[in-house]
Amino acid sequence: MDPAAAKLLGAGFAAIGVGLAALGVGNVFGSFLQGALRNPGAADGQQGRLFIGFAAAELLGLLAFVVAMILLFVA
Amino acid sequence: MAAQAGKIDPMHQFLVEPLFGTAHWSIAGYNVAFTNSALYMVATLVLMWVFMLGGMKGALIPGRWQVAVEGFTGFISNMMDANIGPKGKAFTPYVFSLFMFILIANMIGMFPLGVVPGLHAFTVTSHLTVTGVLALVSFSIVLIVGFLKHGLHFFSLFVPHGTPLPMIPLIFVIELFSFLIRPFSLGLRLFVAMTAGHILMKVLAGFVINGFNAGPGIALIVSVPSFVLMIGISALELLVCAIQAYVFALLTSLYLNDAINLH
Repeated sequence: MDPAAAKLLGAGFAAIGVGLAALGVGNVFGSFLQGALRNPGAADGQQGRLFIGFAAAELLGLLAFVVAMILLFVA
Repeated sequence: MAAQAGKIDPMHQFLVEPLFGTAHWSIAGYNVAFTNSALYMVATLVLMWVFMLGGMKGALIPGRWQVAVEGFTGFISNMMDANIGPKGKAFTPYVFSLFMFILIANMIGMFPLGVVPGLHAFTVTSHLTVTGVLALVSFSIVLIVGFLKHGLHFFSLFVPHGTPLPMIPLIFVIELFSFLIRPFSLGLRLFVAMTAGHILMKVLAGFVINGFNAGPGIALIVSVPSFVLMIGISALELLVCAIQAYVFALLTSLYLNDAINLH
């Protein structure tokens, strides 16, 4: 296969990883909202952990994006 | 914006170029030309100074500006107290400076300077060199504080309480690796979030322009939805600017907690 075509295909596959990360981030916020609607008084105290979880899930999605960018623009 | 008719070039906005040429800007053989990146860092600094100085009047009954400044300082102070405890007070100025710099630099990158033909706002934090240095400074402070406070006992951080003896070597290696990856993840997170957001907006803007150039029918189908999407994405990007600045400061405070309070 032509290397340039292979790179573009690889970047497309990496974008699937970004979509999976979207599921992960949605999971984090969804679980938080579920718990917050059951116990609103305790929600504000856990906001810090919400953002830590979001940052961790988002980072892995961003890593997939970085792979796509490397395939498109670097290698 | 478009390199030629129909071609969208999303990467040109990240180009770092010297503003006054590179002819006389040399220290010991190294090129230290004043770039657009440096200009926007100076702009961030000036904006931060003006904001803070305007709100540090110390009035007993604070006016609106002072309330805004106190809002930011109280926010970071509470975060440090919640994550580290009383020993974190010494590090609050650093984390606050970090948070404000990243927040204002991100926001300046979103500023619509593009309405002036030929200009475009440059996001300082969209380069791994800048975010990497910020992450390295945070990580170095963590290491220095950890080793100064606890000496070699700092390595007990990598062996959590109650691990069974046969698993200690494996757990130590895994924990050490996850610790060493922290500066990379810190810098990479902010860099990719900013870069990805700006690339997305540039691509959507390219759709709007190319749609208009292709005729009224295509303009209605392509340009109008793209423009509406741009408005939504811009709002999301402003939120992401603030969240990424907060996440950077929050993770720095958590890593400092690891170094100061060990367990």
